[in-house]
Amino acid sequence: MDVKVKILRYNPEVLDESEWKTYSVTLLPGDRVLDALHKIKWEQDGTLTFRRSCAHGVCGSDAMRINGRNRLACKTLIKDLNPEKEITVEPIKGLPVLKDLVVDMEPFFDAYRSVMPFLVTSGHEPTRERIQSQEDRERFDDTTKCILCAACTTSCPVFWSDGQYFGPQAIVGAHRFIFDSRDEGTEQRLEILNDKEGVWRCRTTFNCTDACPRGIEVTKAIQEVKRALIFRRV
Amino acid sequence: MQRHQYDVVIVGAGGAGMRAALESSKRTRTAVLTKLYPTRSHTGAAQGGMCAALANVEEDNWEWHTFDTVKGGDFLVDQDAAEVMCREAVDAVLDLEKMGLPFNRTAEGKIDQRFFGGHTRNHGEAVVRRSCFAADRTGHMILQTLYQQCIKQNVEFFNEFYVLDLLMVGGRATGVVAYELATGELHIFSAKSIVFASGGFGKVFRTTSNAHTLTGDGMGITWRKGLPLEDMEFFQFHPTGLAGLGVLLSEAARGEGGILRNSDNERFMERYAPTVKDLAPRDMVARAMANEVREGRGCGPDKAYVMLDLTHLEPAHIDAKLPDITEFARTYLGVEPYTEQIPVFPTAHYAMGGIPTNIKGEALANNDDVIPGLYAAGEVACVSVHGANRLGTNSLLDINVFGRRAGIAAADYAATAVFEELPAEPEAFVVDLIEGMRNAEGTERVAAIRTDLQATMDINAQVYRTEGSLKQALSDIEGLKRRFAQVSVQDKGKRFNTDLLEAVELGFLLDLAEVLVVSALARKESRGGHFREDYDKRDDVNFMRHTMAYREISVAEDGKETVNIRLDYKPVVQTRYKPMERKY
Repeated sequence: MDVKVKILRYNPEVLDESEWKTYSVTLLPGDRVLDALHKIKWEQDGTLTFRRSCAHGVCGSDAMRINGRNRLACKTLIKDLNPEKEITVEPIKGLPVLKDLVVDMEPFFDAYRSVMPFLVTSGHEPTRERIQSQEDRERFDDTTKCILCAACTTSCPVFWSDGQYFGPQAIVGAHRFIFDSRDEGTEQRLEILNDKEGVWRCRTTFNCTDACPRGIEVTKAIQEVKRALIFRRV
Repeated sequence: MQRHQYDVVIVGAGGAGMRAALESSKRTRTAVLTKLYPTRSHTGAAQGGMCAALANVEEDNWEWHTFDTVKGGDFLVDQDAAEVMCREAVDAVLDLEKMGLPFNRTAEGKIDQRFFGGHTRNHGEAVVRRSCFAADRTGHMILQTLYQQCIKQNVEFFNEFYVLDLLMVGGRATGVVAYELATGELHIFSAKSIVFASGGFGKVFRTTSNAHTLTGDGMGITWRKGLPLEDMEFFQFHPTGLAGLGVLLSEAARGEGGILRNSDNERFMERYAPTVKDLAPRDMVARAMANEVREGRGCGPDKAYVMLDLTHLEPAHIDAKLPDITEFARTYLGVEPYTEQIPVFPTAHYAMGGIPTNIKGEALANNDDVIPGLYAAGEVACVSVHGANRLGTNSLLDINVFGRRAGIAAADYAATAVFEELPAEPEAFVVDLIEGMRNAEGTERVAAIRTDLQATMDINAQVYRTEGSLKQALSDIEGLKRRFAQVSVQDKGKRFNTDLLEAVELGFLLDLAEVLVVSALARKESRGGHFREDYDKRDDVNFMRHTMAYREISVAEDGKETVNIRLDYKPVVQTRYKPMERKY
């Protein structure tokens, strides 16, 4: 079927402003949006620029705004997008656009790195593995699924209006360790998130949960971190 | 152009690169260069687990694991290297747990273990639970955990830096030249040690589980430097790729009880491997599947695939152990694995061959001599622990064991070595490559050539090969190389020019496809992942040896240069195990 794909293009080497360009592509209903972008790049316009790698939703490279919603291009099928109408593709919002669908990911990764997203322990290491019950392991399973694609953070209205806010992903990254029974860094991590640009900026709009391509209940995780901060225990 | 100096430079930030970086950066000043962001690396796509004889759920020991690895590799494995890997596997898993990796747990809270193809108790008696896992996203957890540790340890990354050349002075590795994607600027990195951990080259095939970015850059770079590539004819085709797409469905699906069925609904693996059935090694299962299809027992409108059946498993069990792969089936094929069988067919998955190294991760210039300052680990390397066919889970093990070893060896070497003066104009080769490509005005398009390359490789160099098919592939590749000389790119800019980089990557793919096919033509036997219909038996008399391919340039009297591939051979290291017939 012939599909019209409208893409927000930007290349400061050529033009200071971004502009919409529409392409006609022949696709199968089961094709991914990433297939459409590749067909355009490979057959029509080699200058179209986007990030991608694994092409099946595990590497997190190709989060973009498709028909106004944050998704992974490789996990979104054409037939699920009402392809009778034009499909729109834009870069994710709130991070500086560098070229076409490529944004500057550094502020996003900075936020992640700032919440101590690693296991903190004290004392001697055990000879064998640390023991963890199946229930304790299950407690933080949801947030281990994060692939750092930034779909959640760049769907958050608070993040759009306030670039200093850590954003949902960083809180998810902290949650994964706060609720890990093996971890001893909770106090420090909660202190970081108690910052004025921390969890309290969240307005519970659930955009992040809707946007997550891994099905993580992001808003719930944020609420759990807020609760942990109020009661100072997990 | 910018210049940098580091004691150790690591090329690639997947599992092997980051595991090396954790060792190296603890000891000395280290930079990690990656053409992606670390967390985008394809280690994250690995699913089923990492084997180690922890014996947490049943009796096991590392010697059994070594035997399975050697037999799984059809006896082309260097047995000293396999011993190292399987012995150190236990600590490699425990190290990851201590770094925070969220393994699934047993009822007693230990690391849980499950069945995996080719892993057996007591030298093939029965299948054994050896794979340590985190649902069906073990690779994701390894990649995330290693990245988290790199953050903790302040490892210095250069993201979206494409390494395009290795600098060598007097036979010693002395630096790399990298292209910064964001700006188009070149960077010269002077280093005492360089570790290649840049992954495989699955994109020579059309149907593949590999990422778009797996274009064999590391192997391509060293190849152009005249350094050898080992065992390139051995490529693994993973049995269960989603039909038509190649997206990987973990062997864990069969480890958890999944069954392969043909159009008669027959569990056909019972005929091919009576003892371990669906859990036979990947090369055998892939061939069995292809054979069912060839003999007319395929499924679907074109009888082109077989079915993976999980419908007899409890939905709760599927959700707990196989959540991601069942989601792939739903997302991409619209199939509900609780109630429907999933269409699957072999997909190009893993290069057993690569840059030859010893067990310290030191790269070899030939059968014996180490290249001072050069190291390789992970899929880019050939130790050889996988021989002619890698066992499932042994790649995640390989990157951890040999990534660690290469990182330590690189830092140790840097502790006593001095910085070598770089050649004059070290960037010259890359400038020629990049500017030549940017300014070329030919009529050929990168995507068209790549598509044709992948098509001929899928048809002629896949699960079944013959002299005729391989010769066809070789002549196709030669034609494609001539077309590649006429290629041009549309994007002439400096900023994020992925059009240009795709052209450079295609150059690597063409070189590596040619080495694969030439090596495969010469190996007139069938062993592991390399199956020749015209020589369908293993031939230990003539071919119990590693292939070593070299790129050589000969100059004719008129000054015209021709590039030739010369094949040489290297003995297999055998310690405990004598070759025997491979039955399961």
